[in-house]
Amino acid sequence: MHAYALKRVLQFIPTIFFITLIMFFLLNILPGSAAYLAVDQRKAPDPKLIAQLEKEWGLDKPIHIRYLNYLKGIATGDLGKSFLRKENVSRILADRIRPTLELAFASIIIAVAVGLPLGFISALKQGTWVDTLSMVGAVSGISVPQFWLGILLMFFFSVKIRIFPTSGYGDGNIINLILPAISLGVGYMALIARTTRAAVIDVLTMDFIRTARSKGLSELLVNYRHVFQNTMILVLTTVGLQFGSLIGSTVIVEKLFSWPGIGSLLVDSIYQRDIPVTQGCILVIILIFLIVNLVVDLLYAVIDPRIKYQ
Amino acid sequence: MKSLYVFFRNRINLFIGGTIVLGFVLMAVFAPVIAPYHPVDDADLMVAEQAPDAQFWFGTDSQGRDILSRVIYGARISLSIGLVTQLINTIIGIVLGVTAGFFGKLWDDLIMGLTSIMLSIPSLVFALAVMALLGPGLVNVFIALGLTNWAYTCRIARSQVLSARSLDYVTASRALGYSRGRIMFEQILPNILGPILVIGTLGIAYAILIEASLSFLGLGTQPPNPSWGGMLSNAREQFFTAYWISIFPGIAIFLTVLGFNLLGDGLRDVLDPHSVLKHQK
Repeated sequence: MHAYALKRVLQFIPTIFFITLIMFFLLNILPGSAAYLAVDQRKAPDPKLIAQLEKEWGLDKPIHIRYLNYLKGIATGDLGKSFLRKENVSRILADRIRPTLELAFASIIIAVAVGLPLGFISALKQGTWVDTLSMVGAVSGISVPQFWLGILLMFFFSVKIRIFPTSGYGDGNIINLILPAISLGVGYMALIARTTRAAVIDVLTMDFIRTARSKGLSELLVNYRHVFQNTMILVLTTVGLQFGSLIGSTVIVEKLFSWPGIGSLLVDSIYQRDIPVTQGCILVIILIFLIVNLVVDLLYAVIDPRIKYQ
Repeated sequence: MKSLYVFFRNRINLFIGGTIVLGFVLMAVFAPVIAPYHPVDDADLMVAEQAPDAQFWFGTDSQGRDILSRVIYGARISLSIGLVTQLINTIIGIVLGVTAGFFGKLWDDLIMGLTSIMLSIPSLVFALAVMALLGPGLVNVFIALGLTNWAYTCRIARSQVLSARSLDYVTASRALGYSRGRIMFEQILPNILGPILVIGTLGIAYAILIEASLSFLGLGTQPPNPSWGGMLSNAREQFFTAYWISIFPGIAIFLTVLGFNLLGDGLRDVLDPHSVLKHQK
């Protein structure tokens, strides 16, 4: 188990290397334009000033040298300086990680707490109106654009009946977290409900369920001991794999709710062509995704004793 | 007629999804005929932000344009982005996946490595990075989304090829001396298209959602083009004075995406009878 965990952690390094490679070249292919955009656009661009800025930001060096410098920086936790704010990128990012993590995990909790029972009940009551209704709900949940759902929630719960604040972080008040977390979590919840339903239906046809019933176990015990525990692994896989799209969607939900996280910072930095910040945000988002998947991988062994890592 | 009814009776997903998609396709094709006004040119500040009434069924926006007409024309942008970008993704995915599965060895390792890297970058974030490089605009949305979502198709194509590779008809084709390209794309490909079609249909839904998100952030389709996501980008401020501006484009996105999702689910039930049988047990 420990050896496996170590191996998985070591696999991180090449992945991060290639991801930064793709992202760095994607964002830095246009040479010098960042400096051009940073100077006052209303006046004719002063070539001297641009040259000076390029030198200051290291944009005058060839791209592969810049990439090597960037990698060296990552290894020491230095992600460069913001073009616009004279601050270290890692410093700017540090303040933003917590709100994003809070939002993401609140969404997961809501999604699992609602989606799991919903899928379970659907499968046990297969073919009834309960099943139909929750599956119609699930496919709608997958199809609804999060930002639109957010707008609707905002309208009903903040404007019509003033229960929740419209937007903002509110010093980390849990009440500010609820609407963004629901908007972000609904699609995820729907996916979990669908996966759970399919997994439970699958497990119900297995021989060991018939055996459990025939030896006289109560329905409750069969459902909990045999069905629930056997579906967990599939559900966990969904949670891990789809976490990427969830963390990606924080971008849009954060922007809508003025949530001071990585996602809204990413969008702002793209507007401002502040490339070091954009790079930093993307790196952090991908790191969060990879770490969650690592944890999911390691959790398999805890949930399913049949899985042994060699 | 009766046989149609029997076909769709157990395939309600396929029926509803297909109907919705067909409806939006017709709407996009016949937009100039159906739309009562021009989506961009018919702007009249005298009637700005009017609530839905007999003249403007969906109301008007802050520049006095008819929202119904803009929603109808918006179908053109959303559908063409969904279809074209998913087609690009499917082609990339098929070419890489089929060759990886067929040739194996180093090429397979390389493609699989690239796929797992693509899968560890959230699609919206990757699309944002490409938009950051290219700048906002409709053409750039096509490029960004066309490069974003091929990894699933690639994996499925590869695994299908791996299982088809040792089947008798492939062995027979080899014995007949067919070229490798002919075996891959003329013999194997038609036999594995089913799952690719399913993932492609679901991918269209996803691409439409991402385009709407990019335009909502102001990085996608630019005004005055009537993109559904773009129409929602000022929604937060306008909701308090004119809710209809954001209600109708949102419903349009929701229904289109729902239609493609249902269609994809329905196609899966038809093309993969195994999954249906299992679920009906």
